[in-house]
Amino acid sequence: MTALAPTTPWTAGAKDDYRVCGVTTLKVDMHAERLIIANAVMAVVCLLLGGIAALLIALTRWQAIHLLDAKWFYSLLTIHGIDMLVAWIVFFEMAGLHFGSTALLNARHAAPKLAWFGFILMVIGGLMVNFVVLFDTNSIVTFTAYVPLKAHPLFYLSYILFAVGALITVITFFINIVVAKREKRFEGSLPLAVFGLMTAAILAVYTLLQGAIAIVPAFFWSLGWIANYDPGIYRNFFWGFGHPAQQVNLAAMVAIWYMLAQMTTGIRPVNEKFSRLAFILYLFFINLGSAHHLLVDPGLTFAWKAVNTSYAMYLAVLGSMMHAFSIPAAIEIALRVKGYNKGLFGWLRNAPWGEPGFGGLFMSMMIFGWIGGVTGVTIGTEQINMLAHNTLRLPGHFHATVVGGTTTAFMAFTYYVIPLIFRKELKLKSWAKWQPYVFGGGTVLVSLGMITSGLQGVSRRNWDITFAGVVPGTVDLTLAIFGIGALIAVTGGIMYLTVVLVSVFTGPRLEAGQLLLVGGKENPLLESTKLTDEQMEHPKNQPKGTLVLVFAFLAWFAIYYLSNWWLLGRTWYIR
Amino acid sequence: MLAPEKIWWKPLGRMEKTWLTVAFVWCVFLTVMMPLWYFLGKQNVPTETYRVTREQFAAQVNAFVEEYKIGEENGIPVVAPPPGGDAYLRASTWQWYPILQLEKGQTYRLHISSMDLQHGFSLQPVNINLQIIPGYDYVATIVPTSTGEFTIVCNEFCNLGHHTMVGKVIVK
Repeated sequence: MTALAPTTPWTAGAKDDYRVCGVTTLKVDMHAERLIIANAVMAVVCLLLGGIAALLIALTRWQAIHLLDAKWFYSLLTIHGIDMLVAWIVFFEMAGLHFGSTALLNARHAAPKLAWFGFILMVIGGLMVNFVVLFDTNSIVTFTAYVPLKAHPLFYLSYILFAVGALITVITFFINIVVAKREKRFEGSLPLAVFGLMTAAILAVYTLLQGAIAIVPAFFWSLGWIANYDPGIYRNFFWGFGHPAQQVNLAAMVAIWYMLAQMTTGIRPVNEKFSRLAFILYLFFINLGSAHHLLVDPGLTFAWKAVNTSYAMYLAVLGSMMHAFSIPAAIEIALRVKGYNKGLFGWLRNAPWGEPGFGGLFMSMMIFGWIGGVTGVTIGTEQINMLAHNTLRLPGHFHATVVGGTTTAFMAFTYYVIPLIFRKELKLKSWAKWQPYVFGGGTVLVSLGMITSGLQGVSRRNWDITFAGVVPGTVDLTLAIFGIGALIAVTGGIMYLTVVLVSVFTGPRLEAGQLLLVGGKENPLLESTKLTDEQMEHPKNQPKGTLVLVFAFLAWFAIYYLSNWWLLGRTWYIR
Repeated sequence: MLAPEKIWWKPLGRMEKTWLTVAFVWCVFLTVMMPLWYFLGKQNVPTETYRVTREQFAAQVNAFVEEYKIGEENGIPVVAPPPGGDAYLRASTWQWYPILQLEKGQTYRLHISSMDLQHGFSLQPVNINLQIIPGYDYVATIVPTSTGEFTIVCNEFCNLGHHTMVGKVIVK
């Protein structure tokens, strides 16, 4: 509310040119706008590269087709991991950080030159790693690049350049916030979405420093400057980077969930304290998650593994479960206030399903929580990990979190970035409407296919597993489900790229005048400011439906989790 | 997306409180399951580990094979360690060495280490998976509870021939 009020003029003497956004009435700094556009474009380029690799490797693991030879498979697997898990998501997040620290705060970009420097380092690192892996057979080392498997020094250097660039961009985010606060661009606390992005940014600093500790010695070792690099220690530091990097995605994704919910249904957070506490739980406890990758490693005690596995009592999981309640609850209240009050789920039936932001939000939350979260907590349990370590269950889990969750949310958010920041009308609206369901639906099949294959012992990072007669024949079926899912998801990806490219290149230049892309001329953002405390607290508007949904989720969680202990109990005794 | 009012520190509502409590109780349960299984369960992640050089471990494997070898399959020795005793398994690109012959219901101290890169010990179809790292002698105390032929797959990428790295365990 306060942010919508007229603000103090831009600092005298600063040569910022800005425009006023027609939807939010917030000022958008042109420096920030150009940075957002550049980062978003690079994100989409990386998504395209990683997507081509995705299609080819999926068609190889789909046993009935088995397209590529081993060398190409491993090479594209390496590239797919880096381009998707790091480049696409991080470039998009950097765009998000520039957006959050300027446009959402009504503020200027205080360090554009520094931000451009960071961006250029990221571009060099991101493109270089693709070339190194494609043209140097020795650099086919997969995303993890486990020492003592040695890649070309340029491979490690490109990781370092990318990470340093990202770190610089994160620093400009902090600078922007401090300057905005000092120049009184906003009053009081940060808006919730920016608070979430702040969480992501703080996690990112920790993550990138861990990455430096892992990769810089590996770089020196590849040059021959260090003779020995203990692989156990490398694993520890690498995952101090690798897993928290996904928690950065988690925090950024949840921030985008809140934005998408507000932009499409006009929510007001049910309780700011509740939602902020959930982000703070991420901040303090989620970093322990890096140890999930070391659960069946030699040299670590049970106590160490159990403490780290449990995120100190699963407090980070608690954070996610809190968001899982507070976002749908806020949506339910907002829709009930609009009069969709019939029964437990009348509000859900009347939700704006045709609005890509809402469809994307729904798919993202469902896939992330019900598949990604539940399987993640389960395979991250110390003893159960023995059943799952390095099987296809792991990519099954993180395709649900990072693809079904983060990527679907980011894609949906892009549709709003196009009119608001690129200032182009969104074209092919009916494609955009269906895209989250196609992409999300495909990802569900990908994840389920991988998880069920992994349960039968199919290992990940493996070109062919069936030749030795190791795994049961039913694997052919589950791998086919994965393959078909991949084709559907790739179709969704192509739809996304088409909508984005057609809109950016052929859409008429237009100052956006509304927020809903498909559903008419409403501006839910303004509606949300009109929600009163009385409406929020009225007994008729309470989120009863959401409570039923979260308890159903908990039941599913318990069933899946306990059935894994049952499975573990049936295998050989080991200690 | 908008900055909240100055005072947003409101008490939680009834539903938030309910869900927070229930979710927290579930999280405590998740935490307790691991120590519970550690004391009561029969499947726990091995923790016994020793530092070992490649040469030392290779010598131990050779001595082990020499002492308990009972046959050969495709040039790889089949070795039957004594029940209750030590057994050795060597991982290298791209081979598991030797083939082990065990007895159902007997306990073995299985030493595993790698000669070169990181490998993944994946015993199928019982689905036990461990990470094998060079320089570490990882000791798993195992009791086979089923008979038949079992396969050891490498499930950590160890260069282009990774998928050809397949070993065998026979349980009588």
